[in-house]
Amino acid sequence: MRFFKSVFFLLALPVVLIALWWLSAIVNPSFFVPTPGELITTFFTTWFGERFTDDVLPSLGRLALGIIGSVVVGIVLGLLIGSFRTLRQLLEPLLEFFRAIPPPVLLPLLMIIIGVNWRMQVFVIIFGSLWPVLLNTVEGVRATDEVQRDTARSYGLGRAARLRYLILPAAAPQILAGIRQCLSIALILMVISELWYTSSGLGFTIVKFQRDFAIPEMWSGILVLGLIGLLLAVLFRYIERYLLRWYHGLREVQRES
Amino acid sequence: MSEVRRLRRTSSSSRGPVLGAVGVIGFLGIWELVSRLGLVDSRFVPPASEVLVQFGMYVVDKAFWRDVGSTMLSWSLGLAISVIAATVLGFLIGSSRIMERLTHSTIEFLRPVPSVALIPLAVLLFGTQIQAGLLLIVYAAFWQVLLQVIYGAKDVDPVADSTARSYGLSRFQRIRYVTWPTALPYLMTGIRLAAAVALILAITAELIIGTDGLGKQIAETREGGAITSMYALILATGLIGVAINLVVRFVERRTLAWHTSVRTEAAG
Repeated sequence: MRFFKSVFFLLALPVVLIALWWLSAIVNPSFFVPTPGELITTFFTTWFGERFTDDVLPSLGRLALGIIGSVVVGIVLGLLIGSFRTLRQLLEPLLEFFRAIPPPVLLPLLMIIIGVNWRMQVFVIIFGSLWPVLLNTVEGVRATDEVQRDTARSYGLGRAARLRYLILPAAAPQILAGIRQCLSIALILMVISELWYTSSGLGFTIVKFQRDFAIPEMWSGILVLGLIGLLLAVLFRYIERYLLRWYHGLREVQRES
Repeated sequence: MSEVRRLRRTSSSSRGPVLGAVGVIGFLGIWELVSRLGLVDSRFVPPASEVLVQFGMYVVDKAFWRDVGSTMLSWSLGLAISVIAATVLGFLIGSSRIMERLTHSTIEFLRPVPSVALIPLAVLLFGTQIQAGLLLIVYAAFWQVLLQVIYGAKDVDPVADSTARSYGLSRFQRIRYVTWPTALPYLMTGIRLAAAVALILAITAELIIGTDGLGKQIAETREGGAITSMYALILATGLIGVAINLVVRFVERRTLAWHTSVRTEAAG
């Protein structure tokens, strides 16, 4: 019974919405909106075949490289800046400024400096989505409990051990919150880095469909990007749950007491 | 102990801005040197001084302010629409357990769709009109606020709620005096996140679709090969971003002055 109830809650609204969409497409057919059935068939014929290896996989590869790059660079720099008070104060206004630049404006600049190739596209993703990770790491390191830090020091833990057993775990919830923001920015940058002077990739393909007025194909492309976003969100939640299992447990105990 | 800590904090808080200024000046100095000494190609990285001069020229240029105006117009309209819509819907969803369970899967499916995926649709429907930008901005900013408001409305203290009930407060009064104050800090967090995202999408729409504003100007400097102007415009967008962050944080502090998270921050 409980199982059926949760399935009902999961599917009720989506089913109603799709039914409404289908109905309105039949009653009042629009050039701009395909029917759900049309969309699904186009989705499979368009994306499973050559396009999958030629456009989707390379895009995903660049996205993955970009995300890994920004997470690694963000955490390393964040730990460094967060650990030294003077360095942090020296760089604070600069970092605030760099974070505030809307990342897409860097695209035209890097296109001129590096040229249009996959290295530039990965670089744009890293440079744009690095900031939330970096600033959250700095904040997380800074907010490490002072008593715990003093305790670790007086028990003679070395720098590396303190980093591994105290600072990284203490900053982990903040760092992961930063990575969550980083993921959505990285996906945005992946798409728009493929819009100019390229001839492959998801972003390029979808805009090409729009220029050719291939409406169902265009919608199927939006669906692909949506699914990638969803996949990233689910993967992230899984990893976060795993890495922060101690933290969620701790919060629950605190809430109950 | 607390005395010592306070002393340390006051001394460092006066040192912070000075060091920050040193950092900015040092960065500009290194940039200038690197470019002048030819360590990097000065066609691609013009000296900081030239960029600042160009920025100064923009500041006294009426056309520049018209572009800033267009960007800010679509930013503020998009943010306003998404905040109002998300607050109303968020309260509706968050204050009812059934509504929340019904909408959960749909929200979780639609939220991760990157708003730039809607660029082709926006172009198809609106061309280069302001609505094209608004579509992207609203889609991106809406979810940020909606989720926070739902969390906030859910977070109502059950004791406070039943107290209000037993004192005979009406449904409207309960929303006004119990749910609203609980959800307000969440709403402000949502607005802070949404304000930053809205600027990114406003500029992106101008850059890619070509609606009026700073982004379009940046695209045009690229076509004209005017690198110094491009740096100056990027500087301008960054400063607008900083200004938006400062204003939103100020408003947040003001509206939540009564809330413990701000009170302790101010006292500590």
